[in-house]
Amino acid sequence: MSPHVHSGDSVSKNMRWVIIAMLPAMLWSFYAFGMGAVIVTAVSVASCVFFEWAINKYILKNDKCTVCDLSAVVTGILLAFNLPSNLPLYIIIIGALFAIGVVKMTFGGLGCNLFNPALAARVFLLISFPVKMTVFPEVGQMTAYADAVTAATPMANLADTSLLDLFLGNVGGSLGEVSALCLLLGLVILLASRTITWHIPVSILVTVFALTGLLHIAYPVEVATPWHHLFGGGLMLGAIFMATDYVTSPMTPKGQLIYGFCIGFLTVAIRVFGAYPEGMSFAILIMNAFVPLINNACKPKRFAKEVKK
Amino acid sequence: MKTFRIGGVHPSENKLSAGKKIEPMALPKQAVFPLSQHIGAPAVPCVAKGDMVKVGTKIADAGGFVSAAIFSSVSGKVAKIDSVIDASGYRKPAIFIDVVGDEWEESIDRSEELVTKCDLKPEEIVAKIKDAGVVGMGGACFPTHVKLTPPPGSKAECVIINAVECEPYLTADHSLMLEKPEQILMGVSLLMKAVNVTVGYIAIENNKPDAIALMTEKAKNFPGIQVVPLKVKYPQGGEKQLIDAVIGRQVPAPPAIPIAVGAVVQNVGTAYAVYEAVIKNKPLFERIVTVTGKSLANPSNFLTRMGTPMSQLIEAAGGMPEDTGKIIGGGPMMGKALLNAEVPICKGSSGVLLMSEKESLRGEEQNCMRCAKCVAACPMGLEPYLLAKLGEYADWERAEKEDIMTCIECGCCTFTCPSNRPLLDWVRLCKNTVGGIIRERNMKK
Repeated sequence: MSPHVHSGDSVSKNMRWVIIAMLPAMLWSFYAFGMGAVIVTAVSVASCVFFEWAINKYILKNDKCTVCDLSAVVTGILLAFNLPSNLPLYIIIIGALFAIGVVKMTFGGLGCNLFNPALAARVFLLISFPVKMTVFPEVGQMTAYADAVTAATPMANLADTSLLDLFLGNVGGSLGEVSALCLLLGLVILLASRTITWHIPVSILVTVFALTGLLHIAYPVEVATPWHHLFGGGLMLGAIFMATDYVTSPMTPKGQLIYGFCIGFLTVAIRVFGAYPEGMSFAILIMNAFVPLINNACKPKRFAKEVKK
Repeated sequence: MKTFRIGGVHPSENKLSAGKKIEPMALPKQAVFPLSQHIGAPAVPCVAKGDMVKVGTKIADAGGFVSAAIFSSVSGKVAKIDSVIDASGYRKPAIFIDVVGDEWEESIDRSEELVTKCDLKPEEIVAKIKDAGVVGMGGACFPTHVKLTPPPGSKAECVIINAVECEPYLTADHSLMLEKPEQILMGVSLLMKAVNVTVGYIAIENNKPDAIALMTEKAKNFPGIQVVPLKVKYPQGGEKQLIDAVIGRQVPAPPAIPIAVGAVVQNVGTAYAVYEAVIKNKPLFERIVTVTGKSLANPSNFLTRMGTPMSQLIEAAGGMPEDTGKIIGGGPMMGKALLNAEVPICKGSSGVLLMSEKESLRGEEQNCMRCAKCVAACPMGLEPYLLAKLGEYADWERAEKEDIMTCIECGCCTFTCPSNRPLLDWVRLCKNTVGGIIRERNMKK
């Protein structure tokens, strides 16, 4: 049956591009947080891959090599990106088990999960280990791991943090979220390799920038500048690598814009008015749940037909 | 540069036989003419076993208005009226003629002289086209005279000539344009006269700059005809996509036809066949066929008499390569894999493509990861991942609501899917079933 040729694109090719795009932020985390970052990343990736392999082999009794599609590696890196670099090993392993075992594989593996595995695991850990998940080692302790000197996230008093430090990543935080510059570099790689389209990241970033801009004008003391919000916390990481997850984002450009706008809106609402200083993870997870609805509501423009409701 | 607005992909072009001269193919020992070489009613044989025929003798009458007559491409003796497996893979009734010599009907003008004047009235042109059995040469084989007879109440505004040849590998149209530009342009003029319009567009994709230059140069002598270069994108040769690309109008879903937006679309090969039919009294019994493939010694463009078995063309192009896994009638995107190499060349045979066993293998199917690349690729604005799932789950009602019937089966979705999912296979299955349900419902009304 036609077509008899194929583009040569594959799941693993796409995943490989995502991994390449994450490299700048990963290398920065190694530079900023030293040994701790390397250990957390290695353990997270290894346990994600191990759990996917083990569940396939011993529970699902499935011969297919789903580990080969590299999606578990991506989940592992993303999970590590969301963790502090001094996190005890057992917590990382629990996170990986939750991400792969509960969020991904119980729903049927790649493509079937409703929520982003790495993000759901982060929130699971945040609720289960609230203290360990919210203190972050300070930058520049090359050989430290469990004994690293820590401080709270700069998100707690965002307005006092140097904008340049936020942009470059000279601040405490989860492994992968600190350097906006490296993450933007990742975005360029993702767009240039046509792994993702611009709709989701741009709509999130623009929404957050616009809303915090308005709030900053209204409350210049209480609300940090829009630039601080743009470069601070997990916004860049979430907008570029988390919200753009194929599986848990809408299928049409129009749906993606709505999804991005809502994530931006919720993030600002939680950051400015909520109890948590950081709102990105919650915003994305909440919108993950709406994706099937968005897909139903936003059909692509059919040929020669106005979009039907 | 112009192109269509929604979706599309860009497969590797692999035009191996581009720039090769058209070579005449030797006569076959026996020519086979299936009676269904076109869309519509099968033709009805008007010869019997033992009759002697010449090149250009009518051997089957049109079986209705939407049908086309069939002419012998060889001289000789009718051996039998039997059945043959054709390019569709089904066994179809066919006329078999044993070749003796090469004697042509006297009415056919065999001179090479170019004629650019024609005093016939529009209806006389259409009648001559009908009497020559001309059908769309791009592959769909819709009888040309039907397209030139707009239904009451509709009015043609322009003729669009499809010379994009967006299928990878195929170069039949390309080679024809390089060798017979004036004949094609005269054919276009005749088509324009037949539907009474003064505007004609010849749409050529930008990967054929030599054809664009030559046709543009020669078109200066033919008033009203304009060459439109298009950006290379598949499926630009789809009728709806082509009209969108050239005049920026979108033909509504069936039962609407292109005339609804004022367009009459004809293939460039058809324009040439029209020239020969009207000016040279030559019925449609031969065509250019591309024989190609990466392992083939000598990919070529052959001027081939209808009824010649494909195996003869493959022999002439260097013989069947050892590693052949699939023989495809047509191009790799929409062509059909053939059951054997003895399938006869018909009016719609634009190419024969040999793919190696390695190329023929599909990648291992994986879970859909909802990357939406199929949605972005679909030129009809559909959601192939969803339609395929609806097919799997036999949800015909929902599939109809999701506009499955507007699918043109171009294959962009399957081509682009990173998970190697057989999207179009499911969509076809679903579309056929839904189509049957709709027909049944309409009959009850």
